[in-house]
Amino acid sequence: MMRYALSLLMAMMVFVTMAHAQERSGPLRIEITEGVIEPLPYAAPIFVAETAAAAQHAQNITQVIATDLSGTGLFREIPASAHIGRITNFTSPVQFADWKAINAQALIVGSVSAESDGRLTVRFRLYDVFAGQEIGQGLQLQGTADGWRRMAHKVADQVYSRLTGEDPYFDSRVVFVAESGPKDNRQKQLAIMDYDGANLSYLTDSSSIVLAPRFSPGDNQVLYTSYESGFPKIYLLDVASAGRRVLETQQGTMSFAPRFAPDGRTVVFSLTAGGNTDLYAMDIASGQTTRLTSAPSIETAPSFSPDGSQIVFESDRSGLPQLYVMPAGGGEAQRISFGQGRYGTPVWSPRGDLISFTKQSKGRFHIGVMRTDGSEERLLTASFLDEGPTWAPNGRVIMFTRESQGAQGQARLYSVDITGRNLRQVPLDIGASDPSWSGLQK
Amino acid sequence: MNILGKTTILAAVLALGACTSADRFNSGNAVDLNSSGVGANGLAGSPQDPTSAAYFQQTVGDRVLFAVDQSTLTQEGMVTLDGQAQWLNTNVEYAAVIEGHADEQGTREYNLALGARRANAVLEYLTSKGVASNRMKVISYGKERPLEICSEESCYAKNRRAVTVISVVPTS
Repeated sequence: MMRYALSLLMAMMVFVTMAHAQERSGPLRIEITEGVIEPLPYAAPIFVAETAAAAQHAQNITQVIATDLSGTGLFREIPASAHIGRITNFTSPVQFADWKAINAQALIVGSVSAESDGRLTVRFRLYDVFAGQEIGQGLQLQGTADGWRRMAHKVADQVYSRLTGEDPYFDSRVVFVAESGPKDNRQKQLAIMDYDGANLSYLTDSSSIVLAPRFSPGDNQVLYTSYESGFPKIYLLDVASAGRRVLETQQGTMSFAPRFAPDGRTVVFSLTAGGNTDLYAMDIASGQTTRLTSAPSIETAPSFSPDGSQIVFESDRSGLPQLYVMPAGGGEAQRISFGQGRYGTPVWSPRGDLISFTKQSKGRFHIGVMRTDGSEERLLTASFLDEGPTWAPNGRVIMFTRESQGAQGQARLYSVDITGRNLRQVPLDIGASDPSWSGLQK
Repeated sequence: MNILGKTTILAAVLALGACTSADRFNSGNAVDLNSSGVGANGLAGSPQDPTSAAYFQQTVGDRVLFAVDQSTLTQEGMVTLDGQAQWLNTNVEYAAVIEGHADEQGTREYNLALGARRANAVLEYLTSKGVASNRMKVISYGKERPLEICSEESCYAKNRRAVTVISVVPTS
């Protein structure tokens, strides 16, 4: 299995900024609010190739940076064909008038050089064109050539953070279920990719049904449900080696819907015995299991709050599936969803401020968000079948499964901003479901 | 897909398991139960032989259907299960895996739990009619193994099902 991420040794360092002493009236900043409708125009001329061998990488890296930024819907690239100025030397002073003339608010200037040992060095600076000065400091990244996409994502992450004030998310991965074949003979296997669909590789074969993989807090392990033994059981997979082991529960039970606690040592999951599904917690090292709920209703889809103190889950104890929050060790649960319809698959935001969920109402499915007390519910999507949200590391974007209707129906991954804008299909040419978004890569 | 070949291999795996383990299902083994809803030609024996799996599937009826979101048995379902119980009580060399399924209207997790409720309703009914519970095992596929693939109630109605899949357990 290709593990490019581990072979990438990347060094990032700030290099001394050139003299830009003048005072600024205020930073160039795009605020991500409901009100933002006009994306911020920017120019990203192809990075200067410092060596002949770097020319292709320079072009590819610039392309990925622009795709990352424009893909947020917050920024709009001014195409190269409209550029007046040319960047041919990374260290030459920028002629701001050329970029003002095309109304580029932000300008990204960079260079790529290929070292004799095969490594790449990428440098970039971000400019506020109308203020005529640099935003933040120049950065230099070094890594192996096969990690060029990560270096591009790192640059885009820096630009995104500097212009939005938000934490970044481009240098991240997604583990998911790759799907092939018709609906009545669907083949499933675990797969992993970069957040933008690149660097796809498979973690299992398609000989058994696999469902709902979930990253560990450090993203080096994945929990998932597999029918490998003939019955649904939870497996723990090491991402680097693809080695896996079953997390055994009592004989004659089904276990599924696993999710890590933030400490990475505990798994919370659903266990079905005698037709009744409840929530349990397991200490991974010892295998010791604790029962968290005890009701004749269905309790499933648990997800921890980022501080590990609470669990949000789905239960039909009121008749229809609704969302509840309880202490991490079990105990009295508070219902938080009260709208019309059925609620499922709640997932706590990594920021802790919101819970995303699947809602089924009037024959349609929605991905939505609400505050952790259930207030301010907002539906972000609507389709025949949307389900299974997962959060970007910065808690600003949600990825989910959308399945199309009918005999030819297929599952695809989509993403949407928490403001409900910028719905996009993840570029993948295979069927895909059940995404789990990693944290930002180290 | 050669359904007959697959089923033969499946039976062999089950047989091996039964020889070496007290657990007749040998659940630690890689038993492929994905054969839900195979055609009659996928089952061993002649439909004319009342002790055959084919007879059980076609004449007794191997499945019961459920209303939306429900796991309560219908009157029609109970009639089918009465037949299943009688047959299983006669043909004691068979064991059964009861598969619960849901239609696609619902989340993956909820449908897994719902399918388990349906399968368990069948198990409890058969138990009440004298079938030893240690001859039966339940599994839920949720919405993972639809029989019919249109996105309409006519298909959904057939997918909301519990199927009793039988196999011979050789005496060890």
